[in-house]
Amino acid sequence: MSQQDVTKNAYWQANLRLIKISLVIWALVSFGFGIVLRPLLSGIRVGGTDLGFWFAQQGSIIVFLALIFFYAWRMNKLDREHGVDEE
Amino acid sequence: MDQFTLNLLFVGASFALYIGIAIWARAGSTSEFYAAGRGVHPVTNGMATAADWMSAASFISMAGLIAFTGYDNSSFLMGWTGGYVLLALLLAPYLRKFGKYTVSEFIGDRFYSRTARMVAVICLLVASITYVIGQMQGVGIAFGRFLEIDAFWGLMIGSCVVFAYAVFGGMKGVTYTQVAQYCVLITAYTIPAVFISLQLTGNPIPALGLFGEHTASGEPLLAKLDQIVSDLGFQEYTAAHGSTINMVLFTLSLMIGTAGLPHVIMRFFTVPKVSDARWSAGWTLVFIALLYLTAPAVGAMARLNISELMWPNGTDADPVSIEMIESNPEYAWMTTWQKTGLLDWEDKNGDGKIQYYNDANADLQAKAEANGWKGNELTNFNRDILVLANPEIASLPGWVIGLVAAGGLAAALSTAAGLLLAISSAVSHDLLKGQLTPNMSEKSELLAARISMAAAIVVAVILGLNPPGFAAQTVALAFGLAAASIFPALMMGIFSTRINNVGAVTGMLSGLVVTLVYIFLHKGWFFIPDTNSFTDADPLLGPIKSTSFGAIGAAVNFGVAYFVSGMTKETPLEIKQLVESVRVPRGAGVATADH
Repeated sequence: MSQQDVTKNAYWQANLRLIKISLVIWALVSFGFGIVLRPLLSGIRVGGTDLGFWFAQQGSIIVFLALIFFYAWRMNKLDREHGVDEE
Repeated sequence: MDQFTLNLLFVGASFALYIGIAIWARAGSTSEFYAAGRGVHPVTNGMATAADWMSAASFISMAGLIAFTGYDNSSFLMGWTGGYVLLALLLAPYLRKFGKYTVSEFIGDRFYSRTARMVAVICLLVASITYVIGQMQGVGIAFGRFLEIDAFWGLMIGSCVVFAYAVFGGMKGVTYTQVAQYCVLITAYTIPAVFISLQLTGNPIPALGLFGEHTASGEPLLAKLDQIVSDLGFQEYTAAHGSTINMVLFTLSLMIGTAGLPHVIMRFFTVPKVSDARWSAGWTLVFIALLYLTAPAVGAMARLNISELMWPNGTDADPVSIEMIESNPEYAWMTTWQKTGLLDWEDKNGDGKIQYYNDANADLQAKAEANGWKGNELTNFNRDILVLANPEIASLPGWVIGLVAAGGLAAALSTAAGLLLAISSAVSHDLLKGQLTPNMSEKSELLAARISMAAAIVVAVILGLNPPGFAAQTVALAFGLAAASIFPALMMGIFSTRINNVGAVTGMLSGLVVTLVYIFLHKGWFFIPDTNSFTDADPLLGPIKSTSFGAIGAAVNFGVAYFVSGMTKETPLEIKQLVESVRVPRGAGVATADH
């Protein structure tokens, strides 16, 4: 394996790790807090209803936004660190 | 000035703006027609993609579906935004690096097969045409209302306008007109919501007002709403009533579908760099979130307003009388909407009053008998009219109503145009130039693109005469189809080198076919009424409705592709190298349409 392949592989592994973490958060706030785990959060009241309702109607959208910008920032940094960015 | 003239003025002015931009930026060559020469900034691209994406389903239909169901329809909110996470992380940067114009070109090259490209084109056409049906519904309703005619004629007039509009601009015209459309639609959506939020909660930000206090009663808005709808025998607004499994699958289908819809993915081919493709997905979601954070507030507040209008003195006193509906200006919207055939009432017990309640609820039947009610008298309230009628329901000034009409049309038109572009490029670029007549001239390619646009509109109008649901539900079916066919092929093409040509083709076909059959079994074959064997109230597979089946279809696609690839020949070395190169941004040049 050439030096270049090793770099590319490390870059790809780092990317996959980042994707996994992001998708776990993505699923947790929407399918988790918003739907399946909602009964567990019912004790936390938010404006006449509970936290799960808030996650289902607003919270998850805000987290999605944060996730995409975080990923873009982190990946563009990874590109430069591994020397695979666009010149 | 009367309302009719005011509506015409607003709609007319917004149209003049779009047409002006389209003429200014008229597409010359094929490359401009499809991808605008790739000079589009991520923020501009994000705004245009948001307009492209937010269709009649988001603008006209979604808040209405949330208003009448409550929490259970949160799936639309999470599904149609969560898909952007998948798009940004799993597809957009790699497809930009690959650097071709269409989704099917990627599939054809990655799976080194003309058949794969053909199958991708078919999947794309089925999903896009289903989507256009939903848009046409929205166009029909919006035109029906502002011209004060039947929704059928609204649909006929609307489809002519969409055609004229889409045919004259390419992507470049579309990109800049869509920026203008985004501005029109977001203003139109936000202004009435701010007014209503101020009226009900005193908070100028609707998203905060939703969780705020209802000023008139001093209770939290959502608690007040829960109480009033339960008094009328409807299910509590904030509580969960449907099946959890179905809700999860429905949300997932909408998410995967978002990331698999060709007209959205195509937008990420038009940014200058791979790193821009990542930012672009984020900016798109910012502009979408502005509407999506407001939508649940619009839904809840409209539901409260309607309930209070029907029971002006509280649910224990007398309801609204017919005399009041006909003479009081606060109720004028009811008579105007009645003309479209989408709202109706009937004084069943002849007492001169309109009782609006859930007559299927056993608890309410005793009360109904005691008071001499003969069933719910607000006999028809089409969910799709809610957003357009909302400013009238809240007695907002006439210019707000005109603005909303213009906004609704902007939403429907921009998406219809984007979809028609995806359809026409699939037919002319992928099918004709890529397969049947490779030596076609640029000029005849453009002509073929325009003819296929016209054909797509005709098909969508014919199928749209018997729509399989409210606009957002029709659109949800399109998402299911995209989720089951396109997304898995794209994702496996990037993240696995093992999936080969045979695997991809069988995977896409089986995903598309099972989903399509499941939809037709529930909604009727080709959406023709009464040809269905099951209904969504009692689906074939446990609680899984036809709108939620896309996620299962996607799983079938993944499974079949892995299994078949494992049984057949390994991918050639040059394809593995192609995949490796797609995974790193370096070397992303300007994309070409050449082979």
